[in-house]
Amino acid sequence: MKTENKRWFLKGLKNGVPIAAGYFAVSFALGFTAGNAGLTVFQATLASLLCNASAGEYAGFTVIASKAGYVTMAVITAIVNARYLLMSAALSQKLPEDTKLSHRLLVGFWITDEIFGASVTVPGKLNPFYNYGLAICSLSFWALGTGSGVIVGNIVPPDIVSALGVLLYGMFLAIIIPPARDDIIVRVLVFLSMAASLICSKLPFISGLSDGTRIIILTVIISGAAAVLFPVRDSEDTEVKEIEKALNTENSGEMREDSTSYLKNEIKEAKNA
Amino acid sequence: MHNNYIYILVMFGVSFLIRVLPLTLIRKEIKNVTVRSFLYYVPYVTLAVMTFPAIMHATAEPLAGLAALVIGIVVAWFGGGLFPTAIICSLTVFVLEHFI
Repeated sequence: MKTENKRWFLKGLKNGVPIAAGYFAVSFALGFTAGNAGLTVFQATLASLLCNASAGEYAGFTVIASKAGYVTMAVITAIVNARYLLMSAALSQKLPEDTKLSHRLLVGFWITDEIFGASVTVPGKLNPFYNYGLAICSLSFWALGTGSGVIVGNIVPPDIVSALGVLLYGMFLAIIIPPARDDIIVRVLVFLSMAASLICSKLPFISGLSDGTRIIILTVIISGAAAVLFPVRDSEDTEVKEIEKALNTENSGEMREDSTSYLKNEIKEAKNA
Repeated sequence: MHNNYIYILVMFGVSFLIRVLPLTLIRKEIKNVTVRSFLYYVPYVTLAVMTFPAIMHATAEPLAGLAALVIGIVVAWFGGGLFPTAIICSLTVFVLEHFI
């Protein structure tokens, strides 16, 4: 393994530890659902190793419990996991263009909300080995937790289940709040998204849609509107964006273009050094 | 009679395809500013939508979930990091539901 790849892999393993802890707790709760749906310990562990999805697996286990058809299973899995389509598209822009097919398949296979959040926020281009480190560290605990949940079943008291249930959301907050603090547009979007999500969960008809479908609809509408109203000039280098914003108030037109690209080169050099 | 292994195979096949299709089909860097901006905003919007109000349904007592949300935002705002934020949210719910 090249030293650069090894460095990213180890970094991924290390940053995967908090994700692994959260996953273990959450997948434990998922294991209860799997057990109730009639899955064995082996089957539940296998499902987690292959599917790597909290909401997706939960929906899947519900389908198994209700003994619905395989087509229903396919449709529900597609709807609940559709957000990964967007995340995969976003990651396609983060990987170097010459990334091999095998790496693209493996990065895709291991996309989860947290691994996506951790890897898409890396400055510059993404080394796939960072994702492998994150995934191997955290998702082994995801599978382990699911299996343990089936074994332990329902003997865990409900207040523990409640407390474990919010772990995942705490991690989501830790991913979205720091950028929201630093960027007012992201801050407003986060607030609007939560408000819209609450309203849609109460409205007649819309509230009848599955959670996964509501997530997709809201994501496409809100992100789409934001992209049209507040286009990001360079989503890769947030530092450049900040500098650009600062320059915006002082200069205009071509002047700004020049100084931005100049500063961008400077930042790149500083990073290489 | 349905087979659990076929169910798992269908779950795997569909979620795998959804995850790898864009990554394998989109090879070039997208130049369009609107599309780039859209992809930049997607994670924040998705995670925000998924968090609220769902956090209130994850707990037996919805108000405990709401409290976890507020405390989680405060901790993350002041640089709490992934693991501490998650644990503090969890402890908030445990304390509120267990002792109050």
